[in-house]
Amino acid sequence: MTDPVAAPPVRVLGVRHHGPGSARAVERALTDYAPDCVLIEGPADADPLLAWVADPDLVPPVAILAWDTTDPGRSSFWPMAAFSPEWQALTWAARAGVPVRFIDLPSTLSLAAEEPVVTEPDGDADPAPVPGDDPTTTAPAPETAAEEPAEPPVRTDPIARLAAAAGFDDPEAWWDDAVELRSAGDPFDALLEAMGELRALTPEDDPETQRREAHMRQQLRAATKAGHQRIAVVCGAWHAPALAGKLPPATADAKLLAGAKKAKTELTWVPWTHSRLAFASGYGAGVASPGWYAHLFRTDDAPVARWFSGVAAVLREHDLPVSTAGVIEAVRLAGALAALRGRPVPGLSEVTEATWSVLCDGNPVLLELVTREAVVGESMGEVPDGVPTVPLDTDLRTRARALRLKFEAAEKVLTLDLRKPGDLAKSRFLRQLGILAIPWAVPAEARSTGTFKEVWTLEWKPEFAVRIIDAARRGNTVASAATAAILEDTTGLATVTSAVERALLAGLDDALPPLLAVLDERAAHEADITRLLDAVPPLARVQRYGDVRGTDTTRLADVARAVLERGCAGLPAAASGLSDDAAAELRRAIDAVAASISLLDPDTRELWTLSLLECADRRDVPGTIAGRLVRLLTDGGRIDHDEAAGRLWRVLSRATEPAGQANWVEGFLGGNPMLLIHDHQVLRILDEWVVGINPEAFGDVLPSLRRTFGGWPEAARRQLASAISGLDRSGTASASEAEDFSDVADLLAVVAMILREGSR
Amino acid sequence: MTEPTPADAALRPHAEQLYADELAALARADDRPRPANWRLSPWAVVTYVVGGTLPDGTQISTKYVGNRRLVEIAVATLATDRALLLLGVPGTAKSWLSEHLSAAISGDSTLVVQGTAGTAEEAVRYGWNYAQLLASGPSFDALVPSPVMLGMQRGAIVRVEELTRMPSDVQDALITVLSEKTLPVPELTGEVQARTGFNLIATANDRDRGVNDLSSALRRRFNTVILPLPDSVDAEVAIVTQRVGDLGTALQLPSPDHAADEIRRVVTIFRELRAGQTLDGRTAVKSPSGTLSTAEAISVVTHGLALAAHFGDGLLRAPDVAGGIIGAVVKEAVTDQVVWNEYLETVVRERADWKDFYRAAREVSR
Repeated sequence: MTDPVAAPPVRVLGVRHHGPGSARAVERALTDYAPDCVLIEGPADADPLLAWVADPDLVPPVAILAWDTTDPGRSSFWPMAAFSPEWQALTWAARAGVPVRFIDLPSTLSLAAEEPVVTEPDGDADPAPVPGDDPTTTAPAPETAAEEPAEPPVRTDPIARLAAAAGFDDPEAWWDDAVELRSAGDPFDALLEAMGELRALTPEDDPETQRREAHMRQQLRAATKAGHQRIAVVCGAWHAPALAGKLPPATADAKLLAGAKKAKTELTWVPWTHSRLAFASGYGAGVASPGWYAHLFRTDDAPVARWFSGVAAVLREHDLPVSTAGVIEAVRLAGALAALRGRPVPGLSEVTEATWSVLCDGNPVLLELVTREAVVGESMGEVPDGVPTVPLDTDLRTRARALRLKFEAAEKVLTLDLRKPGDLAKSRFLRQLGILAIPWAVPAEARSTGTFKEVWTLEWKPEFAVRIIDAARRGNTVASAATAAILEDTTGLATVTSAVERALLAGLDDALPPLLAVLDERAAHEADITRLLDAVPPLARVQRYGDVRGTDTTRLADVARAVLERGCAGLPAAASGLSDDAAAELRRAIDAVAASISLLDPDTRELWTLSLLECADRRDVPGTIAGRLVRLLTDGGRIDHDEAAGRLWRVLSRATEPAGQANWVEGFLGGNPMLLIHDHQVLRILDEWVVGINPEAFGDVLPSLRRTFGGWPEAARRQLASAISGLDRSGTASASEAEDFSDVADLLAVVAMILREGSR
Repeated sequence: MTEPTPADAALRPHAEQLYADELAALARADDRPRPANWRLSPWAVVTYVVGGTLPDGTQISTKYVGNRRLVEIAVATLATDRALLLLGVPGTAKSWLSEHLSAAISGDSTLVVQGTAGTAEEAVRYGWNYAQLLASGPSFDALVPSPVMLGMQRGAIVRVEELTRMPSDVQDALITVLSEKTLPVPELTGEVQARTGFNLIATANDRDRGVNDLSSALRRRFNTVILPLPDSVDAEVAIVTQRVGDLGTALQLPSPDHAADEIRRVVTIFRELRAGQTLDGRTAVKSPSGTLSTAEAISVVTHGLALAAHFGDGLLRAPDVAGGIIGAVVKEAVTDQVVWNEYLETVVRERADWKDFYRAAREVSR
């Protein structure tokens, strides 16, 4: 193609998407051919985005993102790396000042045509399934048909057929040898011919592909009509024969495209990452080794040697000694392997095997490290500021910048001290994103138990772009969208309560009044006392957080009190005549409230105690709850120990079923074991009861007793056992004899230290 | 030295004797460049090991069943005159592969140093013929060369078996040989320089790493290839069947062709005990202390065939292999016996078509 005069008016360059060899060859072919118009396989309505290609701030890997404005969850990506032929064609045209255009089906058609093209992924690790998923021909076109058919059509892997014909078992290896690793020469004409043969054998019958090719032909005709003399078309190799040579009459194509459904879409550039390009992440439209391909594309001389020195650098970074001699031997082994396999130069499998054998001593873990950091490589693209985007995205970026949070693809741990205003703002921002289902930061376990410290793991994923757009329909700023999102689902009392907690933590003060109003209303209509009581502990907790975070919590305390009042009012009635399961539920709820009641004001606490007393006096309350109530009242000092022992005696002496008695005992003794160990009166009553149960009934009682004592720590059980044997011996065994002091030595040491400090 | 035993009378002929025909056919068909002093080109060596059909129709049998790429790495390593270290758990065909590689490359697999705790430095360097030394003083004539020295003089592949079992100081005697390709003889102020074609294949046991781990200086001089256990039942059954057939020919045992089911059962038992769970992944079993390698499965089947041939009707049946299996599993009297009984009662007994084996195993166990 060195003689421009002899060149045909249309030159079709069939490429392998994300192939560095194709990318180089495309750039060379374009320079030789010097077209006056470049057409590229890509969504035709993305043309307005092409202006940004010349902007130095648009750094690949990037992707064109198209989304349905009515349903932003429906979207498609067209990813491009520096080594993508499409990207090279775009930048070449930008440099040469030649008009460039996308010619594939516009996103309005491709997104409307298929059923959910991209379903919004709800798992965090699960990447957006991007349509158009084979590296050879259809990517980055939005083709969903190639998802995972039982027997893939040739179209999805024509290269495999060619490779098989050439005697290669690995199509990648063949393509690498035939095209990617060629640093000179123009493979396109031969490739076009080969694809033509292949398509003659297996005609294209996928309707979606036929429509796409029809659209591409129409665009090509339009470009010819517009008077362009030398047109270059860059498309997947499979499509090349459909566009090359003399085009068929336009009427058939027009008919194919007529009457198609249209969606309303918008498009923009979004940053992309290498790991998204890799097979390993589950995204099929890619290459297994973007890092290797980027290296091949970047490196002109001695690519293999430079690759190994890069691998050695990766290993050295992890403190693994790799000598220069080792690098030399790895290069030699890779060369020998390539020669043995009859390949012109070492490919990825040769360098990987040489790395494994020479640099990693055969250790697969180290090889995995190299694969992650070098073969895939982590690299994230950037988009310039002016790129069209949803207002929410702009707000997100502005706030992230203000908070000095960087969008990084690598995992990073962030520790926040909520007493610092800056850290508090970060925590709120990240929580707001969490509410919007943009899990940029995931909370990690903080080492300290204090409420001031928070630990987050930050990892930015490109597919968040879709979620941002999805969230954008709720509001134009992160805060307002999160407020709207949290107010969206207020169905049950539990949902609302957790929403209050989350809103407060995220600093969504605007959401609180409406949420509390809803909460109040829900509580009023809530007939289930268990659920009402369940709402109290979170509210009590939130009040405490609120103090830490400087939120006004008066209103919150009011609502918490109102909810508890309702709960208390209904409690005695609700506690009677329950089934075993319901009783266990209610007992759990009562325990939870009792644990958090100290966070509320004294008046509310008094109310709670009174209603417990009332409840405990009723006779129709199930044993497990009644026993629990007596215990709570005893612990709270409302009932003295004699009274508690008396109640226990009454229950156990009454002619009730032993099973019911055991439930009472379970409720009374569950949890903290100290009461029984130290109160010998109670222990003696219990002892008599157990001894008195007749053998047949003992079997029924046993599970309940097992539950009661099985949950205790072993030391406590040991103490109990020795206390009981003490009872048998003399009846007056003192608790201190049975006490196990071995595990309080540390405690005593601390007490001694405090006393010393105090006396100074 | 006695007269060399003719190949057909040897109990276990060397690879180069057993496969002389295949090697000759490969040498005829091989038109690719050969490294200096190699009998075959690297491509032909790989073909010899993994098998194939030559243009003239000669069938090359498969010697190593497994990943072709591993063999390619091994051969390419030897072609770059780097020493090769084959690692793997016992019975993964390390020595087998090293024997065939040296047979194909040098036509001689007999230059072997067997590593043991008692291997002395003479075994990797040289010793002296003391009668000669006293009679005529130090000279190269009085020197008794080691296999390593012979390999250097001839330009041939030398094998070191169980490298990590050698004492560390003996191992390190190899450093000069591998880096300088020369063996100094200070007593004669001379040296033996390696001819082209000399190289070294060492094998070492993964589990032995702690015994005498390689010094990093020595380790750096090796390229490492780790040989895995067969990754599927079918592959392992194929290996066992083929090797049993080969061995049986030498021992004049019946062919194991009829015994496919019995071999599969042996392999299944070995794999399940090795992996600690049944093949369907439903039942967990305990693993015994032994390695239960493919090599042991081969010997169990061979032993069973011998029993069947000499004391039975010539057909391999459950009682013939039961004893061998128990011998392989129960290496340590108390704990392994528990493991085996548990496996027998929980897994073997449950399998409807394994009744015969269950009975036989119970009988032997008792």
